[in-house]
Amino acid sequence: MRVMVIVKATADSEAGIMPSEAELTEMGRYNEQLVKAGIILAGDGLHPSSRGKRVRFSGKNRTVIDGPFAETRELIAGYWIWQVRSMDEAVEWVRRCPNPMRTDSDIEIRPLFEMEDFGEAATPEVRAQEERLRQQVESAKRGA
Amino acid sequence: MSHEIHRTIDALWRIESPRIVAAVARIVRDVGQAEDLAQDALVAALEHWPTQGMPDNPAAWLMTTARNKALDRIRQAALHRRKQEELGAETVARGEHLADDSAEQADRDGLDDDLLRLIFTACHPVLNKQAQVALVLKLLAGLTTTEIARAFLLSEATVAQRIVRAKRTLAEASVPFELPRGPELDERLAAVLESIYLIFNEGYVATAGEDWMRPALCEEALRLARMLTGLAPQEREVHGLAALLELQASRLRSRTDAQGRPVLLLDQNRARWDWLLIGHALAQLEAARRLPGEPGPYELQAAIAACHARARRAEDTDWHAIVEAYDALTEVMPSPVVALNRAVAVSRAQGAAAALPLVEALAEEGLLQDYHLLAAVRGDLLESLGRPTEARAEFERAAALASNQRERAVLLERARATLS
Repeated sequence: MRVMVIVKATADSEAGIMPSEAELTEMGRYNEQLVKAGIILAGDGLHPSSRGKRVRFSGKNRTVIDGPFAETRELIAGYWIWQVRSMDEAVEWVRRCPNPMRTDSDIEIRPLFEMEDFGEAATPEVRAQEERLRQQVESAKRGA
Repeated sequence: MSHEIHRTIDALWRIESPRIVAAVARIVRDVGQAEDLAQDALVAALEHWPTQGMPDNPAAWLMTTARNKALDRIRQAALHRRKQEELGAETVARGEHLADDSAEQADRDGLDDDLLRLIFTACHPVLNKQAQVALVLKLLAGLTTTEIARAFLLSEATVAQRIVRAKRTLAEASVPFELPRGPELDERLAAVLESIYLIFNEGYVATAGEDWMRPALCEEALRLARMLTGLAPQEREVHGLAALLELQASRLRSRTDAQGRPVLLLDQNRARWDWLLIGHALAQLEAARRLPGEPGPYELQAAIAACHARARRAEDTDWHAIVEAYDALTEVMPSPVVALNRAVAVSRAQGAAAALPLVEALAEEGLLQDYHLLAAVRGDLLESLGRPTEARAEFERAAALASNQRERAVLLERARATLS
């Protein structure tokens, strides 16, 4: 399964305060562990929301809103995409992450939708079942 | 609460067990014993943590406990051998775990080498391929015997026996826990890469029966290949394999339709390709190209797959580049299957008339006479050259030879379509 691991913003990250060299080194070492474990697919840090934009949808209207955005704790400062075997494994890896911020902060883990989460494009077993049904229907038709 | 701890321990174990087994194997010089000792450490954790709480650094705790058990074992063996009373008086320090973070930090590089040693040992030539694959999944992917059995559609007893026998073979042959060096390295590395490739392939296409794929094995193989790029970054083919597997995996979800029938590469919906994996794979391929030496078979196959991945539309495919890559692949890995694939690329680059003689020549060689895709390609070429009757016969022959029911259905459909 894949998860998005989201580093939530703080007042510091929104103020554009950059991590120190020591903090960067520590995070670099952690990233290296993720690479060696073979789980990392992507990851980046984001500029503060002052450099971002939003597009608000309302019916047919589109309104562009410039950053910064107020609700700091809901904003994103960075993310990874990991391939892991379970949420438990993802949690265990996040526990090992060096504190990404100098103040209290959150890292959120959200599973990505996978093929089997979608009804129609279901699991091979379901497909196989469908296939068998279809064949039965067809041979019944030919028999009739 | 205790349920919570058990799940945490399970996740921890999956992450840590390869490193622990590897570190212990360096101490006791026996992979089978090392796994038992690592398992003992896990049992100790399961006993202590639910009642006493988790230690601050559970990974280090497991590692230290397993190492201490290994040292105990060695001391006991020495004791037994030498019958030295005074050694027995020495603190055996049972249950006393010195979680030494600085020491762990210091030999982090050492641990990487231990992991590599473990991979090379699991793929040692005294073992047959099946045994190698089972050991890699057990020791390096941290899968249980039950999981391996399910993935390979085997009984648990068969897999368990395979693993026990493999460990015994390694012990009896006194296979050293070492990194191969010099001329031996290439051959040994090839065996490691082949095991990972086979694990991926087992997941990618079930050779017989109804089930088209078992994706969990693909994920394990991808992880192992990526892990290896971190452990042996200087090896060109390691990056080549990782790139190849990721490119193949990037098409997993588009290679069957909603009814589970296979969809050919050129007919696939490219929007459904996994562009994250493709980006990752292209970066791996670049990493391989920056390394000295000539490209090997995995890198060249990845280069071919990358030509497809780079084309946003099927008609944008650079078939001339693909033919060139097949020429290079023919040099390093000549095989009738490569020749057949090259013929398909030639048909796209220069037309069916140029490719048909290549396929006819292959058919005459007779090496692929039972290979359904030879007949399928021949049918395809004949059809585009306006020879439907011959094409139909070839598609029907291909269908009769195909072992996968889904593939057979598609081929029969094509046979029917030739005359309409």
